[in-house]
Amino acid sequence: MWTAILLACVGCYVLKLAGLSLPERVLSHPTVERVADLIPVALLAALVAVQVFSDGTTLTLDARVLGLGFAVVALLLRMPFLVVVVGASVVAALARLV
Amino acid sequence: MTAEPRLSPAERSGIVRDGIAVGLATGAYGVGFGAVSVASGLSVAQTCVLSLLMFTGASQFALVGVVAAGGAPLSGAATALLLGTRNTLYGLRMAPLLQWRGWRRAAAAHVLIDESTAMSVNRPTTEGARLGFTTTGVAVFLLWNLATAIGALAGEAVGDPRTFGLDAAVGAAFLALLWPRLKDDRNILVGVLGAAVALTMVPITAAGVPVLAAGGVAVLVGVLSKRDDPTELPGTDDVAGGHH
Repeated sequence: MWTAILLACVGCYVLKLAGLSLPERVLSHPTVERVADLIPVALLAALVAVQVFSDGTTLTLDARVLGLGFAVVALLLRMPFLVVVVGASVVAALARLV
Repeated sequence: MTAEPRLSPAERSGIVRDGIAVGLATGAYGVGFGAVSVASGLSVAQTCVLSLLMFTGASQFALVGVVAAGGAPLSGAATALLLGTRNTLYGLRMAPLLQWRGWRRAAAAHVLIDESTAMSVNRPTTEGARLGFTTTGVAVFLLWNLATAIGALAGEAVGDPRTFGLDAAVGAAFLALLWPRLKDDRNILVGVLGAAVALTMVPITAAGVPVLAAGGVAVLVGVLSKRDDPTELPGTDDVAGGHH
């Protein structure tokens, strides 16, 4: 775990420093920019799906879905981050009690 | 740059105040990250090192999210790096504005994140951009790390993440990070496809691989799509505490 953490830390710093150091024309290609903009969208959406609907290598439906439902409503109402996250936890915990 | 008008004291204190406000608001995310990271199985020390050394929120959340789903730590690291590539594009835009060399550039790179970019990219002068970048970067760095430690210790006190539904907090945190990016039709399409690809891969691959596979959707749509689209730099409305 430590190896992965330190590798990722060094890698993320190098990515930042490269941006400040490379001449702009090196990476300013429309396709590169489109892909770089879309990567966070695809990865974050995949992370939401995997976090909520899977357990190891099986697809599941449990109380986490209700937590996600609360998060959607809270985000639509423009509530702050902590309300979204804590509220989703509370909803899932309550659902497990009943 | 000597010909540029100097910032007035009022302009300077306004930029500093905005930077600190963003730092305070981002602290709330830090508490969430600390708690989620410990709930995912990382130690308090590993959690704090991520905030100190990686210091880019979405990548940190991604690493612990992949580990929480049972993925190999290296799959988590690869996902974190993919998400870290957007900081490279911020750097390309910020370099001509900040005009830093040597150790200043090396130090600035560490705090090159969504928030510091958003609070400086639209400043018309190098002086204003540097002040907004530095204030926001340092304020977010201090409060993010303090908040991470608080969240990690609180998460450790909770113990089993399922007790208070902390396992449901992880998905909610990712959705909150994704939400501001869903303003555009193509982004929504990529999000839906990414989620679908990941879920399809869950039963047939090792944990951690489905999320990386979703990155392939971004590459495919990015290459096939023809619409011109300049880099989406974060604006002051896109970061916590920045909407004035």
